[in-house]
Amino acid sequence: MKHRAVAVEGLGKKYRITQTSGARYSTLRDTLAGAVTWSGRASAARTEDVDFWALKDVSFEIAEGDVVGIVGKNGAGKSTLLKLLSRITEPTTGSIRMRGRVASLLEVGTGFHPELTGRENIFLNGAILGMSRREIRARFDDIVDFAEVEQFLDTPVKRYSSGMYVRLAFAVAANLEPEVLIVDEVLAVGDSQFQRKCLGRMKDISEQKGRTVLFVSHSMASVRSLCTRAIWLDHGNVRMLGSSLDVIRGYLESSMEPAETTMSLDSIRRSAGQGEQLMIHRVSLNDGSSVLHGEPLSVRVEYELREPAYDVAFGIGFASPEGIRVLSIDSDLGGQRRDLANPHTGAVSLSIDTLNLQPGRYALDIGARSGDHVSLDYLQGCAWIDVLPGPSTPAVIIREGGGVREPARWNWEADKSSEAATG
Amino acid sequence: MQEMLIQAGHTERNYWRDVWRFRELFYFLAWRDVLVRYKQTVLGVTWALLQPFLTMLVFTLVFGRLAKLPSHGAPYPVFVFAALLPWQFFSRALSESSTSLITNTNLISKVYFPRLIVPIGTIVVALVDFLISFAILAGLMAWYSYWPGPRMLLLFLLIPAAVAVAVGPGLLIAALNVRFRDFRYVVPFIVQLGMYISPVGFSTNIVPEKWRLLYSLNPLVGLIDAFRWVIVGPASPVYLPSLYISGVMIVAMLVVGIWYFRRTERTFADII
Repeated sequence: MKHRAVAVEGLGKKYRITQTSGARYSTLRDTLAGAVTWSGRASAARTEDVDFWALKDVSFEIAEGDVVGIVGKNGAGKSTLLKLLSRITEPTTGSIRMRGRVASLLEVGTGFHPELTGRENIFLNGAILGMSRREIRARFDDIVDFAEVEQFLDTPVKRYSSGMYVRLAFAVAANLEPEVLIVDEVLAVGDSQFQRKCLGRMKDISEQKGRTVLFVSHSMASVRSLCTRAIWLDHGNVRMLGSSLDVIRGYLESSMEPAETTMSLDSIRRSAGQGEQLMIHRVSLNDGSSVLHGEPLSVRVEYELREPAYDVAFGIGFASPEGIRVLSIDSDLGGQRRDLANPHTGAVSLSIDTLNLQPGRYALDIGARSGDHVSLDYLQGCAWIDVLPGPSTPAVIIREGGGVREPARWNWEADKSSEAATG
Repeated sequence: MQEMLIQAGHTERNYWRDVWRFRELFYFLAWRDVLVRYKQTVLGVTWALLQPFLTMLVFTLVFGRLAKLPSHGAPYPVFVFAALLPWQFFSRALSESSTSLITNTNLISKVYFPRLIVPIGTIVVALVDFLISFAILAGLMAWYSYWPGPRMLLLFLLIPAAVAVAVGPGLLIAALNVRFRDFRYVVPFIVQLGMYISPVGFSTNIVPEKWRLLYSLNPLVGLIDAFRWVIVGPASPVYLPSLYISGVMIVAMLVVGIWYFRRTERTFADII
């Protein structure tokens, strides 16, 4: 029988928000000034405190060895829940019970000091994550192996490339062996190969060692591939709890907004380093009209180049609601890469004659890349695109499930007496 | 397997046990601060020596040569330096600890540990500087062939008292700084003013008798007098009532500092 690893009961966290000033901390001067106006005049100028429940009455249980994804929109209470679970802040109501050692990884490289060497930072970061000196020493070689930074161990980390930095930081965390591991969306950084390595490591931790993992992510694909169960938070409440597939489906269906086919991408949160050299501002599909199955598709991507970039290629992708890419269109598939020397704003357009994407809802990925590996800007799942049935779409294919429907030349070989069909 | 319970007000009950459990983190944070302090500066250790040395020169010139204040028979540089040791430790510990929570914002908002170990950890850095400046004292004593005798060993009893003087106000201001950011401007002011209010450049004896008790409300008065008594010798008289008052003030400030810090600590991660 599986033991209970985490039990959360009636958990709530209340924050007090001051309405008039935007700053979280005040200055003594403001407070004094506030006191004077308040006592001197009517309370008109007084700031108003409003209670805000970031989490309210949240209860759930997690069994030992489960890998649980936590999904929800920004502001749904995911971060607050992680902060409560990792004891950074105290709950206002309710309780959490956890069995065994708990480690939380809310950020990669917390407490890393740029002046210190890789070796020194391993010890420091390990201690911050709750390892004892003895444990760190015992796992030191594993950490260095995992991070692949042997030659740079005695170099200050400020001279590390951002990739090395992230690898080292994650390697320390990956060698933590708590009974319960709490991970925030830290894997969004780092190159994709290393991301896979980290995801694999987390899977190992749960499968082979029976550790419990709580994992917050915006990437439905990671949640799906990693988690067995999921919790969907909505406005501070648990909206759904169950198998990760069911929860992801429910969450994605509810979060769909009316699809637009022209959108500004400026406000989308990007990972570190993305959108600095080259930023994708807008994308427009079919000049703003609907995207139809079986009809031509044109896409226009507007960008701003801030620093010269070489061998630039653009690409767009369509992914299923579960986060699986089903169609990719890259400008360099036919060898088209451009050197962009002078800062400018521009646009690239593409057109295809027949869009064979099954009618349904897709997450749009847009990216620009320099050479084979350097991502200039990457917006994963930046919009939902509804592919609607077109005039030539047979009614029968409009059903659940995504994918590319490719027309082909078919040849039926059958007895002459049978009725032959071609398609 | 141990079970952990998280509940409103629960951290309170296990606080001091947690402080003990996180002692290694305390050690590592202090180690980081010491390492960084001597890595980032070009002069490194020299800086820890130069600063008190130059201050000592100026004070000797101003108070000893120009104002011709008494030094109870000891060479004026030794007399001044005996007070500069605890004073510089206090001012550095206060400055570092009062901003420590803000400079470690990323830690506080991402990891749990008893917050008390952050400001106290920075005091270790000040303590290292303090021990380094003993080298100057040794140099001065050798230069003037001045040796007060085995009484010097008493200094090691005074070090905990010096730490206690800094911890109380340090914790208080560190906690206030999280809520009111303008407290960071208060500290340099306290430090600047405090150097002239405290008997660093001159002897407590020149303070008129009737003001002595009031003057001793400054806990550094008792501490500096005690340092002088040990280093300069019996010629630098210790006024006992003032020592008691300073002692009471040190304890009072320590209690207030820890109390306020503990009271506000829970909300640090929410407002920092």
